[in-house]
Amino acid sequence: MGERLAVRKTYKLYIDGGFPRSESGRTFPVVSDDGSEVVHISRASRKDLRMAVRAARAALAGWKGRSGYNRGQVLYRIAEMVEDRAATFAAQLELGGSSAEDARGEVGEAIDLLIWYAGWCDKYMQVVGNMNPVAGPFFNISVPEPVGVVGVIAPSAPVLRGLVAGLAPVVSSGNTAVVVASPAQPMIAITLAEALATADVPAGVVNILTGFPEELAPWLAGHMDVNGVDFSGVHPEGISDLEEAASHNLKRTGRWEGSDANLYRISAFTEIKTVWHPKGR
Amino acid sequence: MVEERVAALSTRSIKREAKMWALRAAISMTDLTTLEGMDTRDKVRQLCHKAIRPDPTDFSIPPVAAVCVYPNLVGAAAEVVGGSAVKVAAVSTYFPSGQAPLDLKIAETTQVVADGADEVDMVIDRGAFLAGDYVKVFAEVAAVREAAGDACLKVILETGELGSYDNVRRASTLAMAAGADFIKTSTGKVSPAATLPVTLVMLESIRDFYRNTGRAVGMKPAGGISSAKQAIRWLVLLNETLGLEWMTPQRFRFGASSLLNDLLMQIRWLGTERYQSPDYFTRA
Repeated sequence: MGERLAVRKTYKLYIDGGFPRSESGRTFPVVSDDGSEVVHISRASRKDLRMAVRAARAALAGWKGRSGYNRGQVLYRIAEMVEDRAATFAAQLELGGSSAEDARGEVGEAIDLLIWYAGWCDKYMQVVGNMNPVAGPFFNISVPEPVGVVGVIAPSAPVLRGLVAGLAPVVSSGNTAVVVASPAQPMIAITLAEALATADVPAGVVNILTGFPEELAPWLAGHMDVNGVDFSGVHPEGISDLEEAASHNLKRTGRWEGSDANLYRISAFTEIKTVWHPKGR
Repeated sequence: MVEERVAALSTRSIKREAKMWALRAAISMTDLTTLEGMDTRDKVRQLCHKAIRPDPTDFSIPPVAAVCVYPNLVGAAAEVVGGSAVKVAAVSTYFPSGQAPLDLKIAETTQVVADGADEVDMVIDRGAFLAGDYVKVFAEVAAVREAAGDACLKVILETGELGSYDNVRRASTLAMAAGADFIKTSTGKVSPAATLPVTLVMLESIRDFYRNTGRAVGMKPAGGISSAKQAIRWLVLLNETLGLEWMTPQRFRFGASSLLNDLLMQIRWLGTERYQSPDYFTRA
């Protein structure tokens, strides 16, 4: 038997649990840090974004209807799947210029972060919510609820940890997510999508688009069926236009730098419902 | 042949000004419909307000052509839309099956017209049609035509039960000859409901009937048309088969319920360049 031909992976988008190419047919080349490898990545269009939002909206009722305990199990399962692919992630991080040690370190941090947010799924409401003292024979209870469909513009570095820090808090409370990956090392986002697809995450709960955030972010920020956006991957200079676009339907927005394990990243995409309940005398 | 022509026309891209024109035309051609066993007078009143002013935030949006309801609710609808441009259409003749004696069908039709229906949507007896009893079907349409008086008569063929394009063509011609003002695809209770190929067959029957008799009959696809994109495909088919003279609510209607909000969402998308959410449109 002669030398085998290389079998190379086609990196596609992750929408509604499937891996479609961009409807536009576009791709963009990503060159590895040492110039040895070129990968062609799907370049999502605004129509792909629209389909991703539609999928996220359709998946919302089922996902937020699950118990927090069950969502925690699913997030833990994602951690297991990432652990299983640790070598792949590390190799891809090295292609992007990380040292072998840093790459292994980041993969470990990303997994630990998933476990951290998995734990919060059935606990954040006890911390973010409250029993309010009122002058009357009532219990007055404030509970956080997911806002709905949340967009995430993921940062370019640290790429894997940044992706996890973007999507894990959003889905932990029961939101569904549309993630726009950084064009710097987008293969990692798609490998993460493969982990999600095998981790009992229902179709549409997380959708991942590769492409150019400067092209996609305005459509995401302006989309009236999106209820929140994490702008962590947006350069500070670009943020005011996006905030303006996001204001038309009062989206929740946030931007975090270097604070990945952060309860506020969960509570930012919840809204507080307060209920009164009679308790007698 | 029919399917190929429809497939070719469905790829046509309608953009910008033409799309805006089509969306607004589609609204003005909509028979806003509610035909559920759980319909109430209040639900119908709400639907009628929506019919008159589909988007309360945009007064430039035209009213729909008609509201389409069950006989019991004609009065409730007429109370609200009376004096507006919106007509009241009542389904009649023991919709959706049409399996009743002719005198009952006539009585029902007389009643809905007396209650204020401007338009009557009758069903043909598909059982009789499929058994080859065309004389019975013709006589029933003619009798209901007479009972409906000046009201616009739409004849529902229920093409999903007719089995072949030949039968659709035959039923179309029969209904037109018996006095139909419109021929309509479906009740919405049978799947498949309105499809593009069936509509093309019916439009061609209308064209040939017009050539032979000089009488212009309207077309109403109904059932399963829920998106603006689909509606525009129907308008392309209409324009290519019967031309601009038929692109008016007097000669073309969509029987639909959720279509209206999608048309409104598309219009707002064209105006704002922001993808829209159903959260910001009234329900009917």
